[in-house]
Amino acid sequence: MDLATSDKYHSMSVDSFDTTKLLTNAARQRDARKLNEFPIFDTDAHHYEGESIQEIIKYIDDDVLNHLARSNPGIISQGRGGYQPIGGRVTRYPLRKIEETPADGTHRDIHLSRRWMDAMGIDYIGLFPTGMLGIGLAPQVEVEVQYAKAYMRWLTEELLPSDDRVKGYVFLPFNSPEAAYEMAQEFVDKKGIVGFLITSPRYKPVHDNAYMKTYRFIEETGMPLIFHSGLNWNDPLMSVTNRFIAAHALGFTLYNVIHMCNWICNALNERFPTLDVVWVESGLSWVPWLGQRLDNDYKMRSSEIPGLKKLPSEYMADMFYTNQPMEMPNDLDYLEMTFKFIKAETQLLYASDYPHWDADMPCTIYDLPFLDEKAKRNILGGNAVKLFNLDVSERYPNYKAE
Amino acid sequence: MAKEILVGKASEFKEGDKKIVPNGKNSEIGVYLVHGNWYAYANLCPHQGGPACEGLMMAKVEEVIAEDKTFQGMKFNHDEMHIVCPWHGWEFDIANGEAVADRKWSLRKFEVDVRGEDVYVLA
Repeated sequence: MDLATSDKYHSMSVDSFDTTKLLTNAARQRDARKLNEFPIFDTDAHHYEGESIQEIIKYIDDDVLNHLARSNPGIISQGRGGYQPIGGRVTRYPLRKIEETPADGTHRDIHLSRRWMDAMGIDYIGLFPTGMLGIGLAPQVEVEVQYAKAYMRWLTEELLPSDDRVKGYVFLPFNSPEAAYEMAQEFVDKKGIVGFLITSPRYKPVHDNAYMKTYRFIEETGMPLIFHSGLNWNDPLMSVTNRFIAAHALGFTLYNVIHMCNWICNALNERFPTLDVVWVESGLSWVPWLGQRLDNDYKMRSSEIPGLKKLPSEYMADMFYTNQPMEMPNDLDYLEMTFKFIKAETQLLYASDYPHWDADMPCTIYDLPFLDEKAKRNILGGNAVKLFNLDVSERYPNYKAE
Repeated sequence: MAKEILVGKASEFKEGDKKIVPNGKNSEIGVYLVHGNWYAYANLCPHQGGPACEGLMMAKVEEVIAEDKTFQGMKFNHDEMHIVCPWHGWEFDIANGEAVADRKWSLRKFEVDVRGEDVYVLA
């Protein structure tokens, strides 16, 4: 396979591709740091469900939509642009199509996940879709509902049962509060389910009364609610930007900023005091920014948010965050301050986002000079073991959460 | 004293070629012939440890700005070639191994010695 380059003299042709080979250096990092001696949970891993779209379509009940999807899968699975691979510079994007997996009955997505998990020393993953992260922007609510239900049936029937190391989250079709409530109940007890997912790029206020029964239900399950961010270059504000880097850096942060603001300002932490909320794929530096902004305004305008009993930033420090894509300033003092702000030792969950272009290896956490060994292990796995109530006894018989 | 690693015959290389050779058990060195010059760098990205030398070789991308400061598009500058790490896309100037986005970071550089037909890297 010839990869696209800038000129014919510096071409690159590849006969085969193997994730394990690509990640040889990750395996060296794993061994040098002895990452296999303690559990690592990757809260935000991905697969490309769009590559299995014909399998998923089989689970769509609506006959008309099923037909439309079969005639043109793009109707339900439109991706969010082709800019992620940086013009093919991140080679696993174009090359994954030639990677071979065994035809042994186990789904290809499971085989591929195991390869990179093993190379990095990751024991368990929480699997997110890719193209579906933007389904909340679909103009037809019924498309989100039908696709979400079909995806969840496919995920829980064809992927999760085949490997205890791969966990999943119930995708909530949030644009329909009733459907979100029904799906939460339908899939909560399926094997491998450890939480509930709201994709953040969408325009529904999280404080709408229509969602309260769903939050209460989730709170009663003891599982966390996860907001996974994303981008929408067509958003009127984002469309002012002309480079993907801007749409990505802003979009992946701002959708979670909006939802977090609404969550805090409507005192949902007080209404659902035992509901754990996780904010995924916005990096971390936005948290001190937003917390300081809200605290400052709250001290002047507390009458506007009478439901709060403490500072907004204190509620934010009760919630959970994933690192990726973690800002790595040349001066690590900035990052250390962020870790302090979010109480990272107990509230931060490791996430790779692999195989996406801005993935973070476990060493991004393990090599931080301001963390002690206990904090590193908590962030890489211990915090997730507690939050998701994971049974890790098969791989770590003597493990005890601290 | 640096050890010599035999890379191969100079005649085996044409413009733009690279060869990745083992450097001990757990590392490799990428050897390049670009614009008639030999270069060698560790196959280890300073960002997150990716195999930088296993990625693409790409020309520098530049903006085209007219005299009136208006944006006219972008172009490749083939005089400055970049090693691109395949894990995350970090780009390094082939001439010195520096990360083009932040030259405080760089690939580890090795000397290349061509004696007769034989190409050696000094590791």
